[in-house]
Amino acid sequence: MGFMNLFKSFLGNHWGVHPADHKRPAADQPVRQLPMPPRLYLMLSQHVGAPARPVVLVGQKVLKGELIAAAQGNISAPLHAPTSGVISAIGEIAAPHASGLPALAIAIDSDGEDRWIDSERPTDPYALAPADIANRVAAAGVVGLGGATFPSSVKLNLGRRSSIDTLIINGSECEPYLSCDDRLMRDRAAEIVSGIRLMLTATGAGQAKVGIEDNKPEAIAAMCEAAAKVENVSVVPVPARYPMGSDRQLIIELTGREVPSDARAADVGVIVHNVGTAYAVHNAVCFGRPLVSRLMTLNGGAAGMPGNFEVPLGTLVSDLIAFTGALKGPVAKMVMGGPMMGSVLPHAQVPVVKGTSGILLLDAEEAAASDPEACIRCGSCVKACPMGLLPLEMSARIRNDDLDGAVDLGLADCISCGCCAYVCPSHIPLVQYFYFAKGDLSARQRAQLRTESTKKLAQARQERLEREAREKAEAAARRKAERAAQAAAVDAAKQGETV
Amino acid sequence: MIPTTLATQPIASPHAHGGNSVTRTMFRVQLALVPATLYGFWLFGWPSFFLWLLTILSCLGFEALSLQMMGVKRIKATLFDGSAFLTGWLLAMTLPPWAPWWVAVLGGFIAIVIGKQVFGGVGQNVFNPAMVARVALLVSFPLPLTQWVAPLPLGTVAAPDFIHGLQIFLGNQAVPDAMASASLLGYTKTEMSRGIDLLHSLSGDHGALFSMVGTRAGSLGESASMLILGGGLYLLATGIITWHTPVAVLAGIAIPAAIGHAVDPAHYLSVSAHLLSGAAMLGAFFIATDYVTSPNTAAGQIVFGLGIGLLTWVIRSYGGYPEGMAFAVLLMNALTPVIDRFVKPRILGRDRKGKALEIPEGKGA
Repeated sequence: MGFMNLFKSFLGNHWGVHPADHKRPAADQPVRQLPMPPRLYLMLSQHVGAPARPVVLVGQKVLKGELIAAAQGNISAPLHAPTSGVISAIGEIAAPHASGLPALAIAIDSDGEDRWIDSERPTDPYALAPADIANRVAAAGVVGLGGATFPSSVKLNLGRRSSIDTLIINGSECEPYLSCDDRLMRDRAAEIVSGIRLMLTATGAGQAKVGIEDNKPEAIAAMCEAAAKVENVSVVPVPARYPMGSDRQLIIELTGREVPSDARAADVGVIVHNVGTAYAVHNAVCFGRPLVSRLMTLNGGAAGMPGNFEVPLGTLVSDLIAFTGALKGPVAKMVMGGPMMGSVLPHAQVPVVKGTSGILLLDAEEAAASDPEACIRCGSCVKACPMGLLPLEMSARIRNDDLDGAVDLGLADCISCGCCAYVCPSHIPLVQYFYFAKGDLSARQRAQLRTESTKKLAQARQERLEREAREKAEAAARRKAERAAQAAAVDAAKQGETV
Repeated sequence: MIPTTLATQPIASPHAHGGNSVTRTMFRVQLALVPATLYGFWLFGWPSFFLWLLTILSCLGFEALSLQMMGVKRIKATLFDGSAFLTGWLLAMTLPPWAPWWVAVLGGFIAIVIGKQVFGGVGQNVFNPAMVARVALLVSFPLPLTQWVAPLPLGTVAAPDFIHGLQIFLGNQAVPDAMASASLLGYTKTEMSRGIDLLHSLSGDHGALFSMVGTRAGSLGESASMLILGGGLYLLATGIITWHTPVAVLAGIAIPAAIGHAVDPAHYLSVSAHLLSGAAMLGAFFIATDYVTSPNTAAGQIVFGLGIGLLTWVIRSYGGYPEGMAFAVLLMNALTPVIDRFVKPRILGRDRKGKALEIPEGKGA
């Protein structure tokens, strides 16, 4: 392996970057429980797919864990009350997104009792049928907690429809600053392994591999200990290299399989779930507890109390910051997620969602940005790109409004990991270009679909008009013929009379 | 509650940066040139220092003038990103050390204005600016550009002092015939044209022409080949350049040289003579590795480097000029867009042609 790596690096195969991880000391702090905020805001759309549909009325009393919004359609996830209290409003609140645009949410006023709803606990959860496990996961509103927020049950069901042999559990947590997965693996390894066993049953996979970056020795030790009792779960330390946590990269590292460009991981017999998801699956199936809170990291140079917090979903970021005390300095940039792929928050009055792995309060030094300069074609971005793309060429095409050229160079394969912009000596915001182009591209595709459907409608209308005209003409002709026949009959009768 | 200032920053991730900058990269390349340059100053005295200084000042001056005329707002930042400084430095490394002042001024003009700014400035030029200037000067003014001097290390009696050096530099003093010398490549080419083959022309003591430690005639970038090599290894170690281009250039020279020398030692110089002469080392590590004018993939750089090496050997062995590195670089620069068009990295999940990989049998949702 060592020789192969040397050989690979000799050939120039060193994708990715090695950013300073900034994970400690936050990662070494014990998890703290955030006191229940007075009011929670649950975004109806906090997962990939259709937004959830509210099933409660304003003024209605709910218990913790009670369904407040149901899944809509095949790809969606339900929402549950994170605490007991009263539904105080269903309306719009600023979404945790750079735009800060409003989106629908359900507001709950806590009654301070935090009383759980009664839930059914299976006697032996590991004896449940695969479909049953997937259904319980779906009902609990579990989504991918690594940040992708894809409904987990859909992926579990996918496993039963195609032949999955390996379940990969992503504990790499390659984003700098974040340590919630690390903390979870250190503190709740047994629960994670329990979740992995359930997911193995649900997918029908023969083995599970837990990939953990080697900068988390405590997590590796804890997971190894917990997994030792289970024969088909193995813990595999992987090199700390960003973006190791990207599914395609992790799949290659752990199985040597390369996922084809327009295919899914399941197409090569693999399914990837995050460690946080495994923990949520354990809670959902073993205790009937829906996903109502998550572990998340608060970090950054301005954060008053860096560390990991158990936070109820729907908590305002400002409530979390207020709990952690005075800031160490002015916040120059507030980011939800990691520094490499997270999105800037417009302000702190946005709720925590299922995909919130962390809040970064970056100080002026951390957020310092240099003015972009001209590209000197140094090729650093080409070396860093984990997908084998040519970021400098793509951005040059996009700059010149040559979207097709950028697509030909593989724009659709870009995973927006940010390695290129991270290494760029000219500080060119390459990812910004790619986001822009991808947005433009999807707008264009939508416009094309619209044009096509308009054309189809117009054509249908034309056909309908023609048909109607034809039918009218036929009807008129028929009537005319009938009238003529009638007249002829009358004439004949008259003639008969005369005769 | 917590103010954010997003108006001037790009909103997209990443919100972290590796810390590399154009200025830092240029600075490191200049650092790598320091040993060879200092050695050159010692070897060829004050005139070579004046030439070096004025070439750089000329490049900076014409850069500033061009930016001013184009109405660029960030003149100061662009001027001091180190790229014009480096162009001047590299050009000075390739000139005869006692070349007169106007060579430096004209060289700076050609490199910056014609070689770089008319293409649109930094990052836009097709050809290596220093090599454009070098070739233009050589073709236009062959005499001063081939006037090499024998090494006169500072401190020796014959070495010109500051004032005398300045006089030589300003062209008030002709270079004494006794000091005139020739580089190894120039000498052998001349002898060959007189019908004297290598076995005879190199039979005597030619330590001044060819010496490992570098006490020999040539440009600053030629004499101390070993120090240039050392600087190049520093660039490799710091990751400024990768091994692909320099190894390919040197292999491109060495392989045909080895074959030629083995077949006919009377007409083909040895591998070591080729690699340590002329601009072989400077070209391999500092010129061919220029980011802007070389391909941006590893495989492309190997093709590019081999081309430069081979063309250099061909020009040296069969061409009219004793040294061919500058021509070879320019020729391959012209091919860079073509190489970049055909040599691309394989996209993950796709084959070399860009087609998505096949979904394996028996799998698939």
